[in-house]
Amino acid sequence: MADLTATDTQWIGVGTLDDIPPLGARVVRTPDGDIALFRTAGDQVFALRDRCPHKGGPLSQGIVYDHKVACPLHNWAIDLESGVAVAPDEGCAGRHPVRVEGREIYLSLAVLAAAAD
Amino acid sequence: MRKKLVLVGNGMAGVRTLEELLKLAPEAYDITVFGAEPHGNYNRILLSPVLAGEKRLDEIMLNDEAWYTANGITLYKGKTVTEIDRARRRVIADDGTTASYDRLLLATGSLPIVLPIPGHDLPGVVTFREIRDVDRMLEVALTHRHAVVIGGGLLGLEAANGLMKQGMEVTVVHLMETLMERQLDVPAANMLRRSLEEKGLRFVMPAQTEAILGNGRVSAVRLADGTEIDADLVVMAVGIRPNIHLARSTGIYCERGIVVNDTLQTYDPRIYALGECVQHRNTTYGLVAPLFEQGKVCANHLAGLGYWRYEGSKTSTKLKVTGIDLFSAGDFIGDDSTEEIYFKDIAGGVYKKLALRDDRITGAVLYGDTADGSWYFQLMREGADISDLREHLLFGQRHLGDAGHGDINHAVVMTDDQEVCGCNGVCKGDIIKAITSKGLFTLEEVRAHTKASSSCGSCTGLVEQILAHTLGGEYSAPGVKPLCKCTDFTHDQVRKAIREHQLQSLAAVMHFLEWKSPDGCPACRPALNFYLLVAWPGEYHDEGQSRYINERVHANIQKDGSYSVVPRVFGGITNPAQLRALADVAERFQVPEVKFTGGSRIDLLGVKKEQLPAIWADLAAAGFVSGHAYGKAVRTVKCCVGSDWCRFGTQDSTTMAIAIEKMTWGSWTPHKFKMGVSGCPRNCAEATIKDLGVVAVESGWEIHVGGNGGVKVRATDLLCHVTTMDEVLEYTGAFLQLYREEARYLERTAPWLERVGISYLKERLVADAAGRRAYYERFRASQVFAQQDPWGERGCQGVDRHEFIPLKVLA
Repeated sequence: MADLTATDTQWIGVGTLDDIPPLGARVVRTPDGDIALFRTAGDQVFALRDRCPHKGGPLSQGIVYDHKVACPLHNWAIDLESGVAVAPDEGCAGRHPVRVEGREIYLSLAVLAAAAD
Repeated sequence: MRKKLVLVGNGMAGVRTLEELLKLAPEAYDITVFGAEPHGNYNRILLSPVLAGEKRLDEIMLNDEAWYTANGITLYKGKTVTEIDRARRRVIADDGTTASYDRLLLATGSLPIVLPIPGHDLPGVVTFREIRDVDRMLEVALTHRHAVVIGGGLLGLEAANGLMKQGMEVTVVHLMETLMERQLDVPAANMLRRSLEEKGLRFVMPAQTEAILGNGRVSAVRLADGTEIDADLVVMAVGIRPNIHLARSTGIYCERGIVVNDTLQTYDPRIYALGECVQHRNTTYGLVAPLFEQGKVCANHLAGLGYWRYEGSKTSTKLKVTGIDLFSAGDFIGDDSTEEIYFKDIAGGVYKKLALRDDRITGAVLYGDTADGSWYFQLMREGADISDLREHLLFGQRHLGDAGHGDINHAVVMTDDQEVCGCNGVCKGDIIKAITSKGLFTLEEVRAHTKASSSCGSCTGLVEQILAHTLGGEYSAPGVKPLCKCTDFTHDQVRKAIREHQLQSLAAVMHFLEWKSPDGCPACRPALNFYLLVAWPGEYHDEGQSRYINERVHANIQKDGSYSVVPRVFGGITNPAQLRALADVAERFQVPEVKFTGGSRIDLLGVKKEQLPAIWADLAAAGFVSGHAYGKAVRTVKCCVGSDWCRFGTQDSTTMAIAIEKMTWGSWTPHKFKMGVSGCPRNCAEATIKDLGVVAVESGWEIHVGGNGGVKVRATDLLCHVTTMDEVLEYTGAFLQLYREEARYLERTAPWLERVGISYLKERLVADAAGRRAYYERFRASQVFAQQDPWGERGCQGVDRHEFIPLKVLA
């Protein structure tokens, strides 16, 4: 995640790539709510708040395709890289920095600003 | 360095192609656009409402100048390209502006035909094609009284109507015996003429215009028989011809239009052409839908993807005259090999005619009541066999036994505040506003912007009607609908490929059929997963990530993210021990709500996801298996108490229901599949609105199929009458297997039956005993694999454990 500016980011080991099925997602439970970690076909990992900007649906339960996830409640498509709903829908799910080293996945609880369009 | 693309013709076809191209390959080209008109791109279709004073010019702009700037496009408006220098690959405009190209796109549109009669160039004689023409007409209408429109086709009548609305006295002079002879047959044309006369138009026909008279400006029109008609304004609307002048002058091969191949290339492969100026497979088009289909293909090739082909379009027509409903599609005149069916109520102002060949619709003309136009058009495009629908066909789709979803079927008479889409709360006015303000042309676009018809889909027809009515003459739905936007292949073609080419995984299907998106999408993946499952029972490895969440975790997601659990209770027959076990589970896991489902089973609601395996383990210990209430699968078999208890019962319906449910549970189907068994014709189990209903009669059992109590209520059709339980099971299994093998994913039995016809099902399942047994055996064989209880596997054997526990819990 190149746009990380915070220098004091704490990386937390949350598991390995093999814990998440390809084109699947898992949840990391935190005191501030669930964070969904998505694994793409190309083994990239993205982390978003597990709440759809539309009606709060758990994005971790949606179908993952390309770099998007379809919310299980009303089928909104959310872009995994930016957290932004695919147009013409509007809204944004909060993003978290995530890093993969080897097969280990590290997550930061720092909230990233919404990506510019 | 980026390649250079030059577009000649700043109209709907060309700019739409650029929009498609920018979606696919935004960085591929430096784009330059030449437009002869001094405007951005506007919706030419809506010039008629502008003339009639129903819309303003700014309401019909599709791309203003800001759009060109934002996309880095150089726009030369008001400049006509007069020369293409193919050797140096550049175009030259009338003012000397030049632009060089790597790819050139010609979208020069068409020109109105001007009759070469004396006086055709007098001031006050106009055509009807551009904003400039509308401005001229409006100007004359302000100060003058008499207008003559030459031509009684679509465009002429819209012009005449508009001028009349502007306060002019309008006479239409038409060469033929009847109006709109290319779209209407004689009775419909006569009805149209009468109602236009009632509105105040005058018609002189058949009549040939011989000269336009005037001294300095137009004053009258003289016909071949010597009659003179006063005219301060003459509109020539006698047709259009492809504008091929530029292409021809540069040596590009033209016939009636610029000749293009299926990739929209001219004989010079660097030069593409599309829209009204082209001739494709010997056809030219003057409607917008085909142009957009061409645009999609052309953009695809310009983007260097190269996997689409344009294979021609079928079109339909509507007239944009307020208060007149008229629809026409296909070849409605017919010949010796066609037959016709009519509905004619002249006084009531309704006329419908369908032309049929071999039980398939080849053309349609509707006047007064066009509600079913899109339905007939769909049947026509799909080449559907209508023999089973024949006696109801003219009364429309809502007479097919479904009384469902309100009974508003006339988008036209709806008010703007009436709700169209009940799922998403979208009113007619919202849809019209989106169509006009955002420049939408397709059902998919309306869905994306308004959500109308994007959930249960029952209002799709209504939304299409509104779209057609708002866009008027130019709307037509796409030809064959592909499975989803990741492919051009239809459901049926994909299934065929899976079987014939032994494709055994999603990856193999996507690779073989050249899927456009690497992972597919949420629409195609579940469909492919199902098709593979049916094609290769026992061999195919079910891909959980391609299933919707409910089927992946075997429970129903609720709006708060919790799940519901519905254990199977065979036939609905239970006992104290089962009920006690359910009560214990509900208490132990503090299940927030317990209720009976529509299929008379018990539903434990509000269960947290991580509780699911433990609940299932307890339920499995008490002998329960999954009820599949969450899946596109066999649901419940609802039944009455039958002859064991009921004084009217003729057969043992409970034993039958249990036997059916035991045989069929666990089977995945294209959509949910519900059954019912009634012990007598009083039908307390409501078996005749089920996907398959069994009704006991004194002499045995009736088997009914294709019912639906959901979105659209539909009563079943009777498949057959049998005498023994074994026969009921055989027919049931065979019907299920036929449905599994041939219906499209997410197609309930009711629409499937209406599509293929009950005769077809009888032919396969009743007349052909060997065929029926083969289906039945295939069903039984696949059940060996399907009846492994997913709850037991997850509750007791730890299958898919990752689905139910968090990756990590942080304090």
